[in-house]
Amino acid sequence: MEKGNGMDWFFKFPHMDDNSLRDLKKAIDDGFRGFTRSYGDIIEGFFSPLQHFLIASERFMLKTPWPIITLLILAIAYAATRSLRITAGCLATLMIIGYFDMWDDTMRTISMIFVCTVLSIAIGIPIGILMARSDRMQRVVNPVLDVMQTMPSFVYLIPVVMLLGIGKVPGLIAVVIYAIPPMIRLTDLGIRLVDKDVLEAADAFGADNRQKLFKVQLPLALPTIMAGINQTIMMALAMVVIASMIGVQGLGQPVLKAIANQYFTLGIFNGLAIVGIAIMFDRVSQAYGKRLQKHREIVHG
Amino acid sequence: MAEHAFGGIKIRNLYKIFGPNAGAHIEAVKNGLTKAELNARYGHVLGLSDINIEMPSGSIQVIMGLSGSGKSTLIRHINRLIDPTAGEVLVDGVDVVTMQEAELREFRRHQTAMVFQKFALLPHRTVLDNTIFGLEIQGMPRQKSLDTAMRWLERVGLRGFEEKYPNQLSGGMQQRVGLARALANDAPVLLMDEAYSALDPLIRTDMQTVLLDLQKEIRKTIVFITHDLDEALRLGDQIAILRDGEVIQQGTSQDIVLRPADDYVANFVKEVNRGRVVHVEAVMTPGAVQASGKPTVMTGTTVEDTLRVLSREVADEGVVVSSSGETLGVVTVRQLAGAMVNAAR
Repeated sequence: MEKGNGMDWFFKFPHMDDNSLRDLKKAIDDGFRGFTRSYGDIIEGFFSPLQHFLIASERFMLKTPWPIITLLILAIAYAATRSLRITAGCLATLMIIGYFDMWDDTMRTISMIFVCTVLSIAIGIPIGILMARSDRMQRVVNPVLDVMQTMPSFVYLIPVVMLLGIGKVPGLIAVVIYAIPPMIRLTDLGIRLVDKDVLEAADAFGADNRQKLFKVQLPLALPTIMAGINQTIMMALAMVVIASMIGVQGLGQPVLKAIANQYFTLGIFNGLAIVGIAIMFDRVSQAYGKRLQKHREIVHG
Repeated sequence: MAEHAFGGIKIRNLYKIFGPNAGAHIEAVKNGLTKAELNARYGHVLGLSDINIEMPSGSIQVIMGLSGSGKSTLIRHINRLIDPTAGEVLVDGVDVVTMQEAELREFRRHQTAMVFQKFALLPHRTVLDNTIFGLEIQGMPRQKSLDTAMRWLERVGLRGFEEKYPNQLSGGMQQRVGLARALANDAPVLLMDEAYSALDPLIRTDMQTVLLDLQKEIRKTIVFITHDLDEALRLGDQIAILRDGEVIQQGTSQDIVLRPADDYVANFVKEVNRGRVVHVEAVMTPGAVQASGKPTVMTGTTVEDTLRVLSREVADEGVVVSSSGETLGVVTVRQLAGAMVNAAR
């Protein structure tokens, strides 16, 4: 920069020397690749229970005859909502999906979303509880969640694929990373919003931390936590197409094929199927959340 | 355990300073630094200053004060929801201030129960499940706790409401649940933090009656916080008046009404219906009298009730007798009327 007219630094950002930058990137890449080579198998082994879970869930959804699956889904929908209207909506959605020959892909996607939701709840709620308990924990976790939510999902597909290759498990991990932040945040928020007076009463009656958590904080935070589960499901569905790029089967793959080959109808059909199950999950989980806080609605008058 | 008589509550030299470095200023406060100076110079707030109260077992101690007087802070020291900066809180002879965490939890589970101004019920639990909350925390088997809870719900007049949710009840009924929850604990100390302040006047009087009736059976040591003097005078066996974190007067209802410690208290009691507070022996002319033909009233009868007796009997004088029947003095209608309108001032 010294050789120019002396004002170069003003018009062009004085960046790191090209060679050093290249070396830096190469060093990081090599380092990560080395890490992958030496630990990839161990990490894959670590995730193998997840793979079994995924395969079992998918096999169940695909091998069970469709009328039974339909009845099962309708039974769950009715048990959660006690609403015939929502149950009928679910039936119609499933019938249309099946009639347009998207049943198997839909089952794969639902299985994926199910596993992802279970995993997000299992990881997200404990982290949310810890965050609600300690301000320091909240300060540490919050920026991590910010990064997880804003980082373009394609970017973290790269290290996941390098580590675990292409397949169901890396896809699941990518989906969980994308979908878990609302679970964690809303658990934290729900617990922090619990009425201070009620907590004080629990203290006054001699409740220990465990009793406060299970008898007061979690039950009172449950509607907020349910909203988190709902958000997690919705975000997981939004990731279906991106996850299909690394080998996750389901409704995402036909969409990907449609993009590559400009098959308009194929794309629309599968896209609408995703929308259909999204609405199904959303209505059922929201109605369930509402039913949970029924005691708040009937007000003395 | 059953033989052991509960030793009451003693609060000694209790100080509470709010602020990040409270301990550093305690000596200065003990040496006379005032609340205003502490706030101006160090930005710390003096919540309670040199509180000394003895609450005998089985009586109702009312702590009265306006908002900001420190009364809610004080009651929270008895079960240590707030830690004091200095001082002792002896409940049944044990200093609550020095308890370890586990010990404190046990103490709260078995020795105290609390009723709150905003009820603080669990909205997701039914009335019955709210009532067993304290017992559940104690670890009592559910069936046994349900029996206890049902008994108390019935006692506070909530039979038939067990399966309702708190939101379905009126304020007065919600506070009955709060009371039943506290009573179900069967703790010797009952702490009531402005328990009736959020209720309508009529319902409040109603709940006061409930408490007084219950107290005849249960004989708990009750600490009752209020900002309402009428409530204090009606409920309190003993009353302590708090102002700016200091006790400015302690005594019975009569002491407070007849001998206010300063203008602040005098100003308070000005509007009180003295006829319902002052007892007849406080206004009578003591000495032996011939009791023939005159109506008799017992000591402890209020001035208002004595007047009622005299006017019913169409008499100008009444004879005051002790509970054992011994004659103590004579009281005239003029004396009684004078006591009611506070002729001295």
